[in-house]
Amino acid sequence: MPKDVPRFWREIQQRYNMMGNKCGSCDRVYFPPRESCPYCRRESMGKMEKIKLSGKGEIITYTIIHVGPEEFEEQVPYPVAIIQLEEGPKITAQIVDYNIDELKIGMKVESEFRKIQQDGSTGAIYYGYKFKPVK
Amino acid sequence: MTDIGIVSYGGSIPRLRIKAEELADVWGKDGKRIAKGLGIPEKSVPSIDQDTATISVEAARNALKRCHINPQDIGSIYIGSESHPYAVKPTGTIVGEAIGATPDLMVADYEFACKAGTAGVQNCFSNVKAGLIKYGLAIGADTAQAAPGDALEFSAAAGGAAFIIGNEKVIATINHTYSYATDTPDFWRRAEQKYPRHGGRFTGEPAYFKHVTNASKNLMEKAGTTPKDYDYAVFHQPNAKFPLKEAKILGFTKEQIKPGLKVSYIGNTYSGASLIGLAGVLDIAKPGDRILVTSYGSGAGSDSFDITATDEISKYERDKAPLIDDMINDKQYISYGVYAKYTDLLYWE
Amino acid sequence: MRDVAVIGIGLTKFGELWDQSFRQLTAEAGSKAILDSGVGGKDIDAMYVGSMSSGRFVGQEHVGALVADASGFSHLHIPSTRVEGACASGSLALREGYLSIASGVNDVAVIGGIEKMNDVGGSAATETLATAADQEWEAFFGVTFPGLYAMIAKRHMHEFGTTKEDLARVAVKNHQNGAKNPFAQYQKEISMNTALNATPVAEPLGLMDCSPVTDGAAAVVLCAADRIGDFSGKPVKIIGSGQASDTLSLHGRRDITTLDASVHAGKMAYEQAHLKPSDINIAEVHDCFTIAEICAIEDLGFVKKGEGGKAVENKITTIDGSLPVNTSGGLKSKGHPVGATGVAQIVEITKQLRGEADKRQVKDARIGLAHNVGGSGATCVVHILEGM
Repeated sequence: MPKDVPRFWREIQQRYNMMGNKCGSCDRVYFPPRESCPYCRRESMGKMEKIKLSGKGEIITYTIIHVGPEEFEEQVPYPVAIIQLEEGPKITAQIVDYNIDELKIGMKVESEFRKIQQDGSTGAIYYGYKFKPVK
Repeated sequence: MTDIGIVSYGGSIPRLRIKAEELADVWGKDGKRIAKGLGIPEKSVPSIDQDTATISVEAARNALKRCHINPQDIGSIYIGSESHPYAVKPTGTIVGEAIGATPDLMVADYEFACKAGTAGVQNCFSNVKAGLIKYGLAIGADTAQAAPGDALEFSAAAGGAAFIIGNEKVIATINHTYSYATDTPDFWRRAEQKYPRHGGRFTGEPAYFKHVTNASKNLMEKAGTTPKDYDYAVFHQPNAKFPLKEAKILGFTKEQIKPGLKVSYIGNTYSGASLIGLAGVLDIAKPGDRILVTSYGSGAGSDSFDITATDEISKYERDKAPLIDDMINDKQYISYGVYAKYTDLLYWE
Repeated sequence: MRDVAVIGIGLTKFGELWDQSFRQLTAEAGSKAILDSGVGGKDIDAMYVGSMSSGRFVGQEHVGALVADASGFSHLHIPSTRVEGACASGSLALREGYLSIASGVNDVAVIGGIEKMNDVGGSAATETLATAADQEWEAFFGVTFPGLYAMIAKRHMHEFGTTKEDLARVAVKNHQNGAKNPFAQYQKEISMNTALNATPVAEPLGLMDCSPVTDGAAAVVLCAADRIGDFSGKPVKIIGSGQASDTLSLHGRRDITTLDASVHAGKMAYEQAHLKPSDINIAEVHDCFTIAEICAIEDLGFVKKGEGGKAVENKITTIDGSLPVNTSGGLKSKGHPVGATGVAQIVEITKQLRGEADKRQVKDARIGLAHNVGGSGATCVVHILEGM
C-alpha cells in the first residue's frame, strides 16, 4: 500500500503554488491556509479569500542538518531555514543553490520547485518548495 | 489566420557541473583529450532534488514570467523527455498543476529520444492552427542517464526549455515545419533498463547526419530558402563536432551556429538540447532575424523549423527571467563521488 | 479547589534497558511509588499515564488499560487514562491527576510516565520524536527535531550573543549533576572540550547538546492534602499548576527565542502559588537540548531575557548556585524517556524537598519548580511544589 498519497495530494496547491488565504476581516495572510482567522474568529468564517504568495522572503533563522531523516540522508549536510515571506507568514524550508559563505540571517530568498521526498523507488514522488538566494 | 509562433520561452539548467577530467580520472582515461575530442569540457548535473519535472516547471515558470498570459488559457501541455520521472504518470500534469493551467487541458508526455521536445512544439503549433487552443506549452527537458564508464558519461547532461506557442503577440513566427523519420536503431533504451545503449560510429552518418541533413534540406525547399537567408541555425548537439560538421554539409557558417551551440558549456541535454539552443538564440535575436532549427532524435528522426523573429521581440520582457548564458555561468563544480550519489550510481537498501 | 500532595515516588534506572519491557518498566516504577506512598490498591481512585508514542515505539496503543493491568489493578477496575502531549506527556498526566483531586472527584491518583524507545532502531526513534513537530509543514520538508532547536539556538546567538561555549557549559553542568544520580543514564562527567568538539547534529548543536534516546519509567502517587494522614508516605505539597499551548510549528510562533507556552504556564503556576520566580529554590527544566535550558530559565523569569546563556558561567544555575537547575542531571545526562520525563522531574523535586537527594542535595530546598515542554514549545506544563 503506497503511503500517504491522499494526504500529500491534498496539499499540492500549497506545495507547488504557495496558495494561502487572507482574512476578509483583517487582511492578515495565512500560509498554509486556515479555515478561519485566529484573531477574528467567527467574524472571518466564510470570509477567507484564496491568495497566491509570491515565494519571496528573508531568512530569519537557519541551521545546517548533519543528521538527517532517512528520506534526506543523501543530501546531508543541508540547510533548513525559517523564512519570513513578504506577505507575512513564516514557513520552514530547505535552502538550495547557495554558497556557504553567503548563508546568513537576513538573506533574501525566493522559492524554487524541487523534489522534496519520495516513497522509495516504487512509491510516489512528492514535489514542493525549496528556497534559493535571490541573485 | 494570424501568424502562429513563439509567444514566450524560458530555460532551466541545473547549477552543478562536473569536469571531463574529473570523470576521466575515475576510469583511467585522458580527460583533456576526451574533452577536446567531444568539445565538452564539462557538463551539467542534476542535484538529488532535481528531475525532469522540476526542470520543466522552472522552465515553464520562466516563460510565463516574461509574458502576461493567463495560465488558464494554456490549452495543451506536451513534455518531451527520455527521463520522465514516472514511466506511467505524466510529467505534463505535474507541470500543469504547478503553473495553474489545470483542469481544462490536453496533456500527454512525449518520447522520441532527443527530439521529443520539438515534437511537442509541432503539436502545440497544430493545435493552435486548428483553432483548438489559445496557447500551447511545449517543453523539452532531460536528466540524461549514462552508464558509468561509458562514452556517454562525458556528454549526458541535464536541462530543459519551455516554449509557449500561440497566435497573439508572437515574438517569433514558425513559418514552416517539416519532419523526417525512419526506423534507424542507432541509440535506444529498453523498457526495464536503466541506461541506454548505442551503435558507436553507427550513430553518425546513417543516423544523425542523414536525418538532420534531409530534414533541413527538405524544410528549406518547402520554405524556398537557402542557408544564406538565415541569421542563425540551431542543430541538435550531442557533442560540439556533429553540429559543426552538419553546418559544413548544409552550407552554414560557424558564426551562424555559434550562438545556438551550448553543448560545450553544459553537455548534451537530450530533449532539451535543440530547444535550449533556440532559447539561446532568441536571447539575442532582433526583429527580422531568421532562424533554422533542426533537432534529432535517435530511432530516428528530425524536426525542422523555419522561424522569424518579429517586431514584437523588441518589446519582449526577457529580463524577467534568467537568460541561457546567465544559467550557464551560474555553476558549482562537484566531484565524481558526489556525481555518483546524485545520479543514483550508488545503490543501497 | 482542594490542596494536593505528592506522597509517593518511584523511578526505574534510565538508559538502554534491553532486558526490560514496557510492562516491566511500568510495574517497577509503579510499585516503588505505591510502596513509598503507603497506599493500598483499594485506595487508588484513578491512574493517569503519560506516554508519547507507545504505538510507534512498541506497537501498542491503549496503554492506560495496559498500565493498570501491568500494575495488577485490573481486577479492581481502576479508571486509567493515557494522556499525550509529546515530550510533555508525563507532566500532562500529572496535571490531569492533580485536577481530578483538586476538583474533588478523586482522593488518590497514581501517575505513571513510561517510554520504551530502544526496541526500534535509532532512525525510527528519531522519526517518532519528530512527530512532536508539525509533520506537514516542518518534518515533511526535511527539518529534524534537533534542527528546530538548532534554529532557536542560532537566533538566540544572533539576538543575544549567546555562544557555543554557553551551550556547552549547560551540558557540562548537567553531566556533573548526573554523575551523582544513581538512576541517570550517563553517570560520567564530560569536559568542555568534549562538549564543544562533539559530532555535529544540526548546527550549532552537536551530540553533547542533545538529550539521548532512553528507556525508563517514573511514577508518583498524588493524594488530597486532607487525607495524607491516612498514609505513610512523606508528603510534598503541589502549590501551583500551570499549562499552556502555542502553535505546533516553530515558524508559527510570535518570537523564535521565547517559548510563550512556558511563559504562560509559568505565570499560571506562580499566580496560583502566590509566588515570584525569585521565590523558587530549585528547578527541573526541560533541557531536551542545551539551548532549551537557556530559554527555559528566561521564560520562567529566573533570569532576564537574553541572559540565559550566562547563567552557568555566573553560577546561578549550578548546583551550588543561587537557583540550581537540573540537579538530577537534566534530560541530557539523566536521559529522556519521553513520556516519563515530566514525572521524573517531580520525583527529583520531591526528593530534594524531602531532603532525600543524597550527593545532589541542595541546602534548605523548600520550593521547587518542574517545567516540561512538548515539541518545540507547543505544550508546556509547570508545577511548583513546597516541602511540608
